[in-house]
Amino acid sequence: MSIRLGDPRASSVGLFRSETMSLVRLIIPAESVHETIINLGDLGLLQFNDLNADKSPFQRTYAHQIKRCGAMAQKLRFLKDQIERAGILSSSSSSTQKDLEFDELEVKLTELEAELSEVNSSSEKLLQSYNEFLEFELVLKKAGSYFSSSRSTKSAYQRFSGQDSTSTYQHELEEFSEFSRNTPTYESSLLLEQGLQMKTSKQTRLGFITGLIDKKKIESFQRILFRATRGNMFFKKAPIKEPMLDPRTNEMVEKVFFLLFFSGEQAKTKIIKICETYGASKYPCPEEFGQRAQMMNEISSRLAELKATIDAGNRHRDGLLSMVSYQVDQWSVMVRKQKAIYHILNMLNIDVTRRCLIAEGWCPVSAKVQIQDALDQAAADSNSQISTIFQVLRSKESPPTYFKTNKFTGAYQEIIDAYGIAKYQEANPTVFTIITFPFLFAIMFGDWGHGICLLAAVLWLILNERPYKKKKLGDIMAMAFAGRYVILLMAIFSIYTGLIYNEFFSKSFTFFGSSAYHCSDPSCSQSTKSGLIKTRSTPYWFGVDPVWHGSSTELPFLNSMKMKMSILFGVSHMNLGILLSYFNAKFFGNKLDIWYQFIPQAIFLNCLFGYLSLLIIVKWCTGARADLYHVIIYMFLSPTADLGENQLFRGQKYLQNSLLLAAAVAIPWMLLPKPLILRKKQHKKMHRSAHGVKESLDMESPDKDYTSHEVHEGLEFREILVYQIIHTIEFVLGAVSNTASYLRLWALSLAHSELSSVFYDKILVLALGYKNKAVTIIGVVVFVCATIGVLLCMETLSAFLHALRLHWVEFQGKFYAGDGYKFKPFSFSPISEED
Amino acid sequence: MYGFEALTFNIHGGYLEAIVRGHRGGLLTAVDYNNLCQCETLDDIKMHLSATEYGPYLQNEPSPLRTTTIVEKCTQKLVDEYKHMLAQATEPLSTFLEYITYGHMIDNIVLIVTGTLHERDVHELLEKCHPLGMFESIATLAVAQNMRELYRLVLIDTPLAPYFSECITSEDLDEMNIEIMRNTLYKAYLEDFYKFCKKLGGATSEIMCDLLAFEADRRAVNITINSIGTELTRDDRRKLFSSFGQLYPYGHEELAVCEDFDQVRGVMEKYPTYQSIFAKLSYGESQMLDKAFYEDEVKRLCLAFEQQFHYAVFFSYVRLREQEIRNLMWISECVAQNQKSRIHDGIVFIF
Repeated sequence: MSIRLGDPRASSVGLFRSETMSLVRLIIPAESVHETIINLGDLGLLQFNDLNADKSPFQRTYAHQIKRCGAMAQKLRFLKDQIERAGILSSSSSSTQKDLEFDELEVKLTELEAELSEVNSSSEKLLQSYNEFLEFELVLKKAGSYFSSSRSTKSAYQRFSGQDSTSTYQHELEEFSEFSRNTPTYESSLLLEQGLQMKTSKQTRLGFITGLIDKKKIESFQRILFRATRGNMFFKKAPIKEPMLDPRTNEMVEKVFFLLFFSGEQAKTKIIKICETYGASKYPCPEEFGQRAQMMNEISSRLAELKATIDAGNRHRDGLLSMVSYQVDQWSVMVRKQKAIYHILNMLNIDVTRRCLIAEGWCPVSAKVQIQDALDQAAADSNSQISTIFQVLRSKESPPTYFKTNKFTGAYQEIIDAYGIAKYQEANPTVFTIITFPFLFAIMFGDWGHGICLLAAVLWLILNERPYKKKKLGDIMAMAFAGRYVILLMAIFSIYTGLIYNEFFSKSFTFFGSSAYHCSDPSCSQSTKSGLIKTRSTPYWFGVDPVWHGSSTELPFLNSMKMKMSILFGVSHMNLGILLSYFNAKFFGNKLDIWYQFIPQAIFLNCLFGYLSLLIIVKWCTGARADLYHVIIYMFLSPTADLGENQLFRGQKYLQNSLLLAAAVAIPWMLLPKPLILRKKQHKKMHRSAHGVKESLDMESPDKDYTSHEVHEGLEFREILVYQIIHTIEFVLGAVSNTASYLRLWALSLAHSELSSVFYDKILVLALGYKNKAVTIIGVVVFVCATIGVLLCMETLSAFLHALRLHWVEFQGKFYAGDGYKFKPFSFSPISEED
Repeated sequence: MYGFEALTFNIHGGYLEAIVRGHRGGLLTAVDYNNLCQCETLDDIKMHLSATEYGPYLQNEPSPLRTTTIVEKCTQKLVDEYKHMLAQATEPLSTFLEYITYGHMIDNIVLIVTGTLHERDVHELLEKCHPLGMFESIATLAVAQNMRELYRLVLIDTPLAPYFSECITSEDLDEMNIEIMRNTLYKAYLEDFYKFCKKLGGATSEIMCDLLAFEADRRAVNITINSIGTELTRDDRRKLFSSFGQLYPYGHEELAVCEDFDQVRGVMEKYPTYQSIFAKLSYGESQMLDKAFYEDEVKRLCLAFEQQFHYAVFFSYVRLREQEIRNLMWISECVAQNQKSRIHDGIVFIF
């Protein structure tokens, strides 16, 4: 979209300045309002303001519709849950059926839910009885095995305590009576107390109960039974291996079969009650084998019948669900959209006549045409006679910040947004961050072997972008995926810096010609210490000469190089920040800031650290032996003293003194004039207004300074002055500490190369030296793990964090206000992507 | 280690204290209550609550809501939070947290026993029990015929067993006995909790003893008012009062002989703490007493959050949440029964 309207500021600056926004008012005829909101949602370029902020959610006009949407969403969740439970794979690919209207959908959902719950309830009942029978069958089998275990004494028929009992459980009973006899004292005392007319167990009525109980409850069940019957019972249990569906709760539980003998009617009622409260299911078990067999037959025939019915019911339900499953996702998106629409409608102001609704919101100026098109389209679709009126309002409110990003720049914009959303139309550091961030990272992570590993990993992410986008990723993985394009550049840059540092897993290579140095003696025995002579006048033509690697002067050489390099990059990075503050001031037409902030700041930084950078470059070019620390420190301590052997060029002393003077002047320059001028301006204004010159608020001085005219002048001045003092102190001290802060580039780079050389020498080389297969394998594994875990993961993270800090504090601190708020247009795209 | 408990508190208690303070931030505020009071239907209440921490719990409830569902789901949230905290707690905090639930346990026991007396279905009764006071064999309570059996069958396994020593009788259970049992149990429970908190020392004992003393005094007043005109003798009444709190011992002597509400009032107005509560009530009016006590309690509970490094915040949080649920129940009932004019009578604002 390249159509720009009259606003002179709406020049095409892309990512550098946020989009020009304007506050617009829509007056939408009531009949086309729904269509209009849908079209705007599809477009996603208008942020609605809430015009009913004082009303609570249920007092708003469309609260009822939102509730309806909530109810439908709940029905959809129910359907989805059912589909999931039935194990039907929902393939939302085929959306051949036509879209339903919202009201139709509601009716349909209600019908579906009713039908499903009916099917469910009937099948639940069937399932319950099926499970009951299943349990019954199990009980019969278990009980049968118990009884038949003592079948050997079959001949001994006995009439036992009035009950017709087979000898099948005689053995059990004998065991029981023996048990009773063995505990006579306990029993008799308790029995007496209870006042029951029981003599010996031989003459009491013995009964038994069989059933199943949840495995978790068996312990306390047994204990309670023991207490309730005063130990006057006999309990047998046998666990059932596979878990089964509980008929009452419909959950899979592990159950235990129990067989319980007791005596007396009173005990029976008690036991039955306890069984009930424990949720134990008890089943009558006939004592005779024949009866049992007959029952078994009956049960299995019933089971077969029930199974057939349940299966039929399930087929019906599955058919219903699979029919629905194609559309459920589509429907839930639709319901969510509807809900979003009603939320927006609730934010609109309804005109008294109820003929039209009034909306207010922000939109990018460049999107006005699109919005107008969408509005016209909506009016045409809904056969409205009047189309929506689209007005631009003037507002004093600060507009939201909106950057058009793509999937590449988006991640970098996120890094900046994490610090603070840019003020409306201020210079956006993202533009520079795209290169500086990966580059500063790479300075700390310079190893082209590690860089290649990182590149391979991130290329995998980028090439599989599509499948990964759909998948739900873990926390860390999602973060890595979101930042894949940042990591891509980070990897490429670290390959580049790695080549310059000439490090490949801490090893050096001679890709770019031979070294400029050669051994002085043919045996090369002293090559790591001394005895190297320069044989060529041209240096090694790309990066660090490989001969430094492993030599005794490697560290002093690399440290000096990296340290100076860090300062150079740091000073240029900060200068870029200061330069951006100039662009900001110019853009906002704030001359005060240019003259009394940008210029003194630029002078101060460059007179001190810019000069240091100059000295570094001069030293590199001329190969002088001057001590730069000495030069800089004595520039402050004794500016008049002679430089001696530290002189790098003629007139250095005069240059230094004038630079020092300029820096000293710059401090009061950035401190005093700005607040004084502001005060003067205000005086003038007060004076004028006292004479009755009424100014409209828009006609005020063009600069957007921090003054507001209602506040008392004295207080205002003090505030501005304090603010300026703080700002000045921060900058002056910051110039020193920020420059020092860039030395972290050197420190981390050193740490990285030292760590990787330790891993290489002390693990891999050491292990290979043993010439033992097992040791070699262990060594390689440890080396790989250490490289991946420490260097590729942790070091990446720490270098990333340090790069982040350098951007947030040292770079953005120079110009970035970051007090804006983000443009959040009403759009359907996050709704359809969700879930 | 009196005075130094703050030094080591965070080793075990820090995480949970942070959690409970976070939960406290989720309590409904006066703005929420004002909005809730304007609701027209239960669905409005649900809609409003869906924006609060109760949202996920009420999300899947189908539309014709009932008051009980709302209360049940809100209680569920409290129970989930409580269980999470209990699972994370170490000694002695875990014991402290368990102590909080004993009161509900006593109430549940009484509920089930009374229910069985009136031959109600046990499962129906179980649903009415407070989920915080559930224990494993609670359902078996229905089997018991008298106190002795009750104790021997079921309660011996519960932490309430020691409190029962005073009320084991072979008498059959009846309304009066049960009520006496409840109060005896409660008395023993409060005394035990009080002792436990004293043992913990430090800020915990300071704050908790104050809160428990208030609780004990409130119970004493309630017992007195409820027993006026019943056959409970003075000595029996005296026995039900906990042996601590501001009213102990002289106030208890005076309360024991009270014959009507105004006499109670006369006794209570001697105590500056309670004077303000009774000053709000006009003569002869005892209905509003509960609310006045609740309001004072909420104030005290909120104050517990002003100090750090003590366990009383857990007690306070559970109590405040319960008060909130009571408020929600009242609001929902008023809305459901179209009694909106009375809606403000029952709410105790927490913040």
